Amino acid sequence: MSTGASAGEPRAPVYREPGGNAASRRSDKPPAPTPDTLDVRYLPSFGFGARSLMWWATAGLMLIEGSAFAIAVAIYFYLHDVNHAWPLNAPPPDWRWGTLNTVVLVLSMAPNELVKRAAQRLDRRASRLWLVVCLLFAVAFLVVRGFEFAALNVTWYANAYGSIVWFLLGLHTTHLITDTIDSAVLAALLYVGPLEGKRFVDVSENALYWYFVVLSWLPIYAVIYIAPRIHP
Amino acid sequence: MNEPDAALPSGASARANVESETSDADRRSLALTWADPPGWLGALAAINHKTIARRFIATTFASFLIAGLLALVMRLQLARPNNHVVGPDTYDALFTLHGTTMMFLFAVPVMQAVAGYLIPLMVGARSIAFPRMNAYAYWMFLFGCLTLYGAALLGAAPQAGWFSYVPLAGPNYGLGKGPDIWAQMITFTELSALLEAIVLITTILKMRAPGMSLNRMPLFAWATLVTQFMVIFAMPSIMLASTALILDRLVGTQFYNPSLGGDVLLWQHLFWFFGHPEVYLIFIPALGFISSILPTFARRPIFGYTAIVLALIATAFLAFGLWVHHMFATSIPTLGKSFFTAASVMIAVPSGIQIFCWVATLVTGRLNLKTPLLFVLAFFFILVIGGMTGIMLGAVPLDLQLHDTYFVVAHLHYVLLGGAVFPLFGAFYYWFPKVTGRLLDERLGRWQFWLFFIGFNVAFFPMHWLGLHGMPRRIWTYSSGMGWSGLNLLSSIGAATITLSILLFLVNIVRTHWRGEAAGCDPWGGATLEWRTASPPPPHNFDAIPVVHGRDPLWDAPRNPAYVSGLAADAREVLVTTALDAEPDMRPLFPQPSIWPFVSAVATTVLFIGSVFTPWAMVWGSVPVAVTLTAWFWPTRRQTAQALALERKP
Repeated sequence: MSTGASAGEPRAPVYREPGGNAASRRSDKPPAPTPDTLDVRYLPSFGFGARSLMWWATAGLMLIEGSAFAIAVAIYFYLHDVNHAWPLNAPPPDWRWGTLNTVVLVLSMAPNELVKRAAQRLDRRASRLWLVVCLLFAVAFLVVRGFEFAALNVTWYANAYGSIVWFLLGLHTTHLITDTIDSAVLAALLYVGPLEGKRFVDVSENALYWYFVVLSWLPIYAVIYIAPRIHP
Repeated sequence: MNEPDAALPSGASARANVESETSDADRRSLALTWADPPGWLGALAAINHKTIARRFIATTFASFLIAGLLALVMRLQLARPNNHVVGPDTYDALFTLHGTTMMFLFAVPVMQAVAGYLIPLMVGARSIAFPRMNAYAYWMFLFGCLTLYGAALLGAAPQAGWFSYVPLAGPNYGLGKGPDIWAQMITFTELSALLEAIVLITTILKMRAPGMSLNRMPLFAWATLVTQFMVIFAMPSIMLASTALILDRLVGTQFYNPSLGGDVLLWQHLFWFFGHPEVYLIFIPALGFISSILPTFARRPIFGYTAIVLALIATAFLAFGLWVHHMFATSIPTLGKSFFTAASVMIAVPSGIQIFCWVATLVTGRLNLKTPLLFVLAFFFILVIGGMTGIMLGAVPLDLQLHDTYFVVAHLHYVLLGGAVFPLFGAFYYWFPKVTGRLLDERLGRWQFWLFFIGFNVAFFPMHWLGLHGMPRRIWTYSSGMGWSGLNLLSSIGAATITLSILLFLVNIVRTHWRGEAAGCDPWGGATLEWRTASPPPPHNFDAIPVVHGRDPLWDAPRNPAYVSGLAADAREVLVTTALDAEPDMRPLFPQPSIWPFVSAVATTVLFIGSVFTPWAMVWGSVPVAVTLTAWFWPTRRQTAQALALERKP
């Protein structure tokens, strides 16, 4: 097992205990060897990707939200299945705003990747610059999303088709809004806040979540805009 | 393996004394660093996982007592034909609150609450992962309980049963605010459970003591890990289902309205896609209790560790393929019914593997017949009966006859009490000394066990017959000519016996508080790490993080290195290890106690309750939520300065 020991200045304060009383509590064994310890003081205090706890929390969140999206899509096709006509008493949604928004979302992955890389270099200036660019994209896709709702060609209370289409779009929009707020808070912290290394991990994992929000849109786009146009 | 209660030789104890003296200052410093702040404001800001878990367990247990009292009123009502203790409306509210509370406010959360206490101790960690989120999850759970019961006391009790079927709970039939309160109670508790799942998974995969590779992890940690993944995949279904229900009722969506393209069976599919795995969210942690208790009282390592782990994982997968067996009485295709029958019967295979492993452990061990073991042995008896009636109900023709009769009530209580509550009581007796430092009284424990065991069978076994004789569930009374009177009276006597047993349990707890026997670190001679530290454990759990060299760290021969060194005593430093092999990887700094998780939970509660009355609460209510969550996140200059002083870049 690696101890992580290497050259470096010892830090104060250092906690050291060469073995508690439990170490030698089993008497019918040969006498315990002199206790020596696994020194971890030279380990890093933060790290990126699957090393960090924040990555695991983000991954767990993505699993939960991914399940929610998958079940919402399953509800769509279940309702599709129990009805003879689809879409119910409504023309399919106007595809233009939705397609425009898909382009905006996909393009936002470029500054998002630059944020992620800057964060992993611990580069404060580049991180906040590209995060602001991401936020500009966020403003764009939230505005276009408003037009998308207006172009669905059905109300949520008209019938079950309208309900599930609004539900899918609303569910995804909730993610866009929360991710925009998260990113705005992080950008503000990068400009004014007290900063330590692990905040770059937060920025990096936020970028991972941005990818999730963008990529999970693609199947939802297909369900909302393409599925009602397919007539088997 | 070792004799667990052998004495220390003088040399070893002398050395231990010297060492404990030299580290006294550090120990005090660690305890000070990790303790929760004093005062009532400090109590609201507490984030220590043991503090939160104690509150969580107490809250779930209070729910258990309340739901039990509701059941007692129902049994009183049914004890005689044509009884009028309560009327039909009250009776509907009683069984709905009883089922809802037992499932959503007791059985699922109590398992997470117990895990929140034990898991960091079992894996040798100073803290649970994301301690503030853990506190927030608890507050959300508590406010969910208060919402349900507050509304019930104000006359808005849900009355559509614990699975709240539409159209009964829909906008046309579910009058009043009861169904909305039920749906928001789901939102509260599922949010709490999903956050707990993330907290527990991260703790188990990233915060194990060095050397505790996955194949050395305690079986309770495995059971918890498997369960939390099930939570992640199952609970979104019920959250979407209840959100759709509340939208139907509040803003006029048509998800469950057949006249406008909706479908009522959609509710049943979504509910049971969660609801069947939910049974295993309750059952699998209980299997983990059993796998922890048995080796200690059989005084040997568990038989078939790998087989048990694989069986747990197989059970989790199969649990997602069973939901339609709750819907055999609906109009689904025959092929579907055959598939789900096969899947339902298949789950007997992994369950059987585990039972044989436990039997092998018991048969080859030297039994130490204490109260925890009694509860586990009762599990075998009761669960086998519940499992057999389960196989009967898994067959479509029989299910059509017995659906919605008392046979189902008998079956589900045999499975849930036998499968989860009996092991849970065993776990209470087993870990109580770790939590409080005192042993529960053994004699009272035995009395409690036998009253519970006999009372349980007297209460629920007659229900099989009642069901076969056609008594439907959820009827508020019956006429004397039905031939159900004698068995119902017997069942009510059983319920009274269970009540007596639970009273005895409470007496035992109170008595132990005053004159219980001091437990010491390891009263039972257990093999897992929680028995290495003091009872109750200090705020920092371990004076030094142990290094693990085998599957039963307290029974294995000591090897070097025995402990981790180099973590700060005056800062909340923890050790993070790699997910598979638990090699030391990082030493991040953990957050300080904070009032913001509590305040955020209050803000979220306002949002959730507000949205029962107006959809605009989703808009104005989310502003305080965003503000409080940001305040929670925003680092202070002092904490950042401390972090920078300890920082080391990757």
